[in-house]
Amino acid sequence: MKAKVHVFLKPGVLDVQGKAIEGAVHTLGFGGVSDVRVGRMIEFDIAGTDRAAVEAEVKTLCDRLLANTVIESYRVELI
Amino acid sequence: MKSAVIVFPGSNCDRDCKVAIERSTGSSVDMVWHQETALPSGLDLIVLPGGFSYGDYLRCGAMAALSPVMAEVKAAAERGVAVVGICNGFQVLCEAGMLPGALLRNAKLKYICKAVTLDVTNTQTRFSTGYAASREAVMTVGNGEGNFFAEEAELDRIEGEGQVVFRYRDNPNGSARNIAGIVNGKGNVLGLMPHPDRSFEGELGSADGALLFQSALASA
Repeated sequence: MKAKVHVFLKPGVLDVQGKAIEGAVHTLGFGGVSDVRVGRMIEFDIAGTDRAAVEAEVKTLCDRLLANTVIESYRVELI
Repeated sequence: MKSAVIVFPGSNCDRDCKVAIERSTGSSVDMVWHQETALPSGLDLIVLPGGFSYGDYLRCGAMAALSPVMAEVKAAAERGVAVVGICNGFQVLCEAGMLPGALLRNAKLKYICKAVTLDVTNTQTRFSTGYAASREAVMTVGNGEGNFFAEEAELDRIEGEGQVVFRYRDNPNGSARNIAGIVNGKGNVLGLMPHPDRSFEGELGSADGALLFQSALASA
């Protein structure tokens, strides 16, 4: 199975990179763009066929390493 | 007196820490590679140095926090050994769950390298008794992700319990409540972004950092 993990700063945490990009986007004239957030996507293959078990394993991995849940939230996608 | 400095791949202040501790306290200092599964016996102080462990990949300090040696550092902290994380070392301690909160990208996205004046808000910790008379310290910061963050309730809690030790007088990086350094609940683990290891004798611009190492080892 392939896992895609999307990690973003939590809504209450100021995303200064997002703010900087938003400023540049506005400079380009795209005035309708707002709330730009920068995150990361981590993709990997993972052994297993039981979807629920694999998802639980990926979430454990996210909690222990891939995301810092003090400041970040994550979303897991299995393909 | 016996100290150890942990060396991660990408640490770049490990030798600064060794020299700073030796010169300010006379303690012997062992350098301990991050793959070690045992620490030297009889340690009074363990320092996690500044730098860019694992190239700051994923998040600053995230991979270093999972190094084999960190299990030993945690066990030593539980036994009451003094642990200090400076700059990247502070990030490692937060990532390892040994200190609350996290360090975010600086509010203005700039890497900041300059001397800062700190208020020593708690001079009762084992790392800060040397500041009882002055209640302030000048040290150098050098960081791009030194912006301390914790939830409001957590900030209230650590402030209420006297865990905030150092605050910036002129906040350089957007840190919540001007926090520059905190201790854990037990008071034997300190993390701070400013570098006492770059400010331990007058020729470096400030000798105030020496007091931190002296306090830590006097309490051992």
